[in-house]
Amino acid sequence: LSNPPSSLSFLEGSLLIVFQGKLTLLRDTKTDGSFLVHHFLSFYLKAGCKVCFVALLQSFSHYNIIAQKLGVSLTAAKERGQLVFLEGLKSCFDVFFGEEQHVGQTNPLQFVSKDGSNLKTMYEFVRTSLMASGSDSWKCPVLLVDDLSVLLSLGVRPVDVLDFIHYCRVAVCSQLKGNIVVLVHSNDDSEDEENELVVNSLCHQSNLILWAEGLATGFCKDVHGQVKLAKAFSLLPMLP
Amino acid sequence: MAALATGGATPSDGATSFQRKVPASSRLAAIAGTRPSVRHGQLLLSSGLPSLDCVLGGGLAVGTLLLIEEDKYGIYSNLLFKYFLAEGIVCGHNLFVASAKEDPADILKELPAPLFDDVHKNQVDEKETAIKSKQESQESMKIAWRYQNLPKMEVSPAASARFGHYYDVSKTVSPELLKSIKWHRFFLPEEMSLHPEIKTCNMTCGYTRLLQSIQRIIYQEGFDGSYPQKKQKNILRIGIQSLGSVLWGDDICCTDNPEDIFSLTKFLYVLRGLLRMSLSACIITVPAHLIQNKAIMERVTNLSDTVVGLESFIGSERETNPLYKDYQGLIHVHQIPRLNSLICDVSGTKDLAFRLKRKQFTIETRAGSSQCDTFI
Repeated sequence: LSNPPSSLSFLEGSLLIVFQGKLTLLRDTKTDGSFLVHHFLSFYLKAGCKVCFVALLQSFSHYNIIAQKLGVSLTAAKERGQLVFLEGLKSCFDVFFGEEQHVGQTNPLQFVSKDGSNLKTMYEFVRTSLMASGSDSWKCPVLLVDDLSVLLSLGVRPVDVLDFIHYCRVAVCSQLKGNIVVLVHSNDDSEDEENELVVNSLCHQSNLILWAEGLATGFCKDVHGQVKLAKAFSLLPMLP
Repeated sequence: MAALATGGATPSDGATSFQRKVPASSRLAAIAGTRPSVRHGQLLLSSGLPSLDCVLGGGLAVGTLLLIEEDKYGIYSNLLFKYFLAEGIVCGHNLFVASAKEDPADILKELPAPLFDDVHKNQVDEKETAIKSKQESQESMKIAWRYQNLPKMEVSPAASARFGHYYDVSKTVSPELLKSIKWHRFFLPEEMSLHPEIKTCNMTCGYTRLLQSIQRIIYQEGFDGSYPQKKQKNILRIGIQSLGSVLWGDDICCTDNPEDIFSLTKFLYVLRGLLRMSLSACIITVPAHLIQNKAIMERVTNLSDTVVGLESFIGSERETNPLYKDYQGLIHVHQIPRLNSLICDVSGTKDLAFRLKRKQFTIETRAGSSQCDTFI
């Protein structure tokens, strides 16, 4: 994909003005859709939004190196309070190997060890991260999740994943007028029924779906796939 | 390729033609057996099979997991497992060997013996002078250009600066070589008898102990950078055999509705955190063909970095199929990681078969395909 950000940025530029309080679903099939996550992360940071990034799958340095290639420094964004970064791998490490008393009740990934399926602490983490403080001058808050399918692998039930998204929508989209962007994996011939349940439900709830698909004919070196845009119905009249 | 341009000149430090010209004080180039990826600077290790390194885009990245879906009888997956560990010995890395069925000391004793440069080079010289058929002379040319840049005298494997080595599967590694490296063991029956039952994070007991053992070694030996005053950094190569099998206390391989389907995936997630924060790389073989619940393998794949499936022809109708007569099985590359970059290095072809000879395990496109790359 040559330069995906520029082909999407015009669309996003006009969308940001009217696109608030919305849930965007990023979906990938037979390819890696994480390039969309990197795009949205750097886009929203450049646009001056406050971002809470729940990064479950990769380390901070991975996202930082790519963000720098896209023109944003995550370290600097963290330092100025614009980015709240939850490094899932590190939090899980603290839960698993840390002392019981040090972990306390506030580690967002504590569900891995405790009751196994309660995402309440993760929701509280998101809510407190994005709540506007007096000195903040950031634009609309954004919650970014990479990726939701991992939660199912860690023992969270589909209904609890959907509850978590619902609570976040109430807090971030309705109350704070912010946006949520979530990545999920899916496959046509997937046998992971729990994952398909979550994906289908989110497709139904979201305002915008970006679907990255690998080529049906198989692997090709120069063209990795296609991106489909769905459900932008109410915004179409505004586009030139 | 830069190698062709440099011709026969021998750099004094014995660097391969693939290494970037970094200053001697650079930390990245200082760790034995590694090289930075040409595309994005990610530090790479050899998997022990030069042809697999090619297929994976140069090698295995430090901090990542290579998951092998075992072939039906576990023969070739076990071989890949051994090549990975043997490569660690030749490079002077530390090893961590975990198994629930074989004593790690026995596994190490049976590792294949490395072929040293002078032995291999002599053979190459012989091939060059002899009159041969076209195919064989092409093969020797491919080997020759790769290695002609290396110094002529190779005294010991530790001094070898080459990335990727060859092994003779008919011989086992010498005990002297084994003694020269530091290694750690985890043998499940031994661990279970030492301590009483514990269950953390609702995970199978064996997995919990294994994670604790790995974390302890990483911390104590400083692979996570906790001893900055240590003079020489090194890599920890972790090998875990047949994870998910019944012997680990997990029932995903023997029933359609396992009691706990999350143990393996939780294990992989915590392991991923450990790998990312340390100078290590891990190979895990999984008897995927025994796992009835396919959703588990999908999740396992998503939580692994590189996933390779082996399919051997033993006992199948392909064994007698003339199309496959030179090959022992197929290799399926299910996944290659994209690290620190938006795209990944991957070879153009996905139609791969493997062929095992005494001194070489090659991966090729299947005969009859339109391309005829041979990864040597």
